Amino acid sequence: MKKIVLILTALMLVLTGCSGNVEKDPNKPFAGTTIYVYNWGDYIAEDTLQLFTEATGIKVIYDPFDSNEAMYAKYKSGAVNYDVLIPSDYMIEKLIAENELLPLNYDNIPNVKYIDSSFRNLSYDPDDTYSVPYFWGTLGILYNTEMVKEEVDSWDILWDSKYSGKIIMMDSVRDSFAVALKRLGYSLNSANKAQVDEALATLVEQGPLVQAYVMDQVKDKMIGEEGALAVIYSGEAIYTSEYNENLAYAVPKEGTNFFVDAMVIPKTSKNKEAAEAFINFMNDPQIAFNNTRYVGYSTPHTEAKAMLDEEVRNDPAAYPSQDIIDKCEVFVDLGPDMTAYYNDKWNELKASLR
Amino acid sequence: MNRKWLATPYLIWMVIFIVVPLVMVFYYAFTVKDVNGARFTLDHVMKTFDSKYMVALGKSFLYALISTVICLILAYPLALILVKRSKGGAAMLFIFILPMWMNFLLRTYAWLSLLETNNGLINTILRALHLPVLDIIGTPKAIILGMIYNFLPFMVLPIYNALAKIDKSLMEAAYDLGANDFKRLLKVTIPLSMPGVMSGITMVFMPAVTSFVIPNLLGSGKVNLIGNMIEQQFLMTYDWGFGAALSLVLMIIILISMGVIQRSDEDMEGGAGLW
Repeated sequence: MKKIVLILTALMLVLTGCSGNVEKDPNKPFAGTTIYVYNWGDYIAEDTLQLFTEATGIKVIYDPFDSNEAMYAKYKSGAVNYDVLIPSDYMIEKLIAENELLPLNYDNIPNVKYIDSSFRNLSYDPDDTYSVPYFWGTLGILYNTEMVKEEVDSWDILWDSKYSGKIIMMDSVRDSFAVALKRLGYSLNSANKAQVDEALATLVEQGPLVQAYVMDQVKDKMIGEEGALAVIYSGEAIYTSEYNENLAYAVPKEGTNFFVDAMVIPKTSKNKEAAEAFINFMNDPQIAFNNTRYVGYSTPHTEAKAMLDEEVRNDPAAYPSQDIIDKCEVFVDLGPDMTAYYNDKWNELKASLR
Repeated sequence: MNRKWLATPYLIWMVIFIVVPLVMVFYYAFTVKDVNGARFTLDHVMKTFDSKYMVALGKSFLYALISTVICLILAYPLALILVKRSKGGAAMLFIFILPMWMNFLLRTYAWLSLLETNNGLINTILRALHLPVLDIIGTPKAIILGMIYNFLPFMVLPIYNALAKIDKSLMEAAYDLGANDFKRLLKVTIPLSMPGVMSGITMVFMPAVTSFVIPNLLGSGKVNLIGNMIEQQFLMTYDWGFGAALSLVLMIIILISMGVIQRSDEDMEGGAGLW
């Protein structure tokens, strides 16, 4: 009996699937096709995909990932032929270098006009040939307003001996050197060994004041009020302030690293035009606004930003002034020699502690 | 003879998961890739002799040695007590092993929240009692504590097994021949438990010397051991060649030290091998 019910249900599914193909709506040229989307976990409003399928008839199979590296490994394995990926800047640079991405046809993505010019033609994809920005964020300082009574607006505060033992740095070569290099007024992608040496000297000087060099634990430590100041990415800062209302986030005036997660179409795509329809849909003002409200990261979409509450829109932590944005840089791949040099200097810092 | 095929699955397993990875470690350690493909190089191996990495290696051995010695000092009497107590021994052993049912990472995280300097549980209690606070997180002390806590059962179990296997009649014979308690411990119990002690030392020392999670968590990222250096090459710098070279050097040194331990073990077992 159970079997018959199963067969009947399966049959019905097949039939309805077919009928979807039969009626061709001129407004839905790709109705009945399927695209595979690979995005960060919890990085899209819950109803967006359903709205997309209703509007276009395109079915979406959606997978989440938790790191660029995991995304890269699965994509490279070829297990799924993805149509849209949403990785970060440096990973897009890597994918472009490996010839993995297809150039976008902007005739199919008219909504790209809403993307703020500050986020166009960034160094990882200089002519926007392959990518459309989705969200962005900054590296900055998370601080406890009960312990830090002064204004936090500069990286210098991380070198203030007043906060000795209460400063938390990131256990990451590039991020920690970005802090030191920006504080000195240099590029965080500096390929000048003298500048890197100078940055190392300041990090060594800061060493005794630092409570810990950690990655994920920074959230627990700041929520548990173990530290007063921490270097952190804005997305994680949003998360921590939900658990401890004394925590605030600031973007230093010297500028910082900003990351961009952007939508790209890999060469595994079997249905490029449907993928472009998806990217266009994601940049529809109402949809972009819904996603922004849900995810909480900073949006590069001018209309979506304009629809946000004034309080959020004018929050310098989420949307720093143009003046500061102009001093921000995305990470650029340093090449094997400089990468090894940074790493060596980082190990020198670690060897100098205690 | 005709049952040889039973070993085949294990053989395949060993080749895929032990031999092939080892060959790959060798391959990466001695090659460098450029436009013309891979070519032989000694650069990676030479770089491991840089003082930064040698210091990390030295620290790893020192902390692992201290942890192993303390584990041995704690475990031997405990194992003796567990064996002697014919009734409660099994229950005590059970309680002792119970924490091992929990994931190793979780237990280390638990120590983190116990030891935190400002708002950790231990210091909150100490402060309430107006006692001086413990400031060991981010220092070698916390790392050694973490290693001892995590690896102690691996020392207790093999010693317990070796002690439990000692024939009671040997003890009685020693007693009949006039040996007192101390002499029996020295001449009978300890020599016969040596195989257990040796495997205990191996099972504590090896994971301790290569550990990178414990120093990462309890060392607050401030104490770089050789395990952290290797992890960094693979996950942060993507310098697989150098990472493989560091692993190789570590493996060779462990092999040598284990060889030394094994040799001294055989020397000591010379007497016990008589029967």
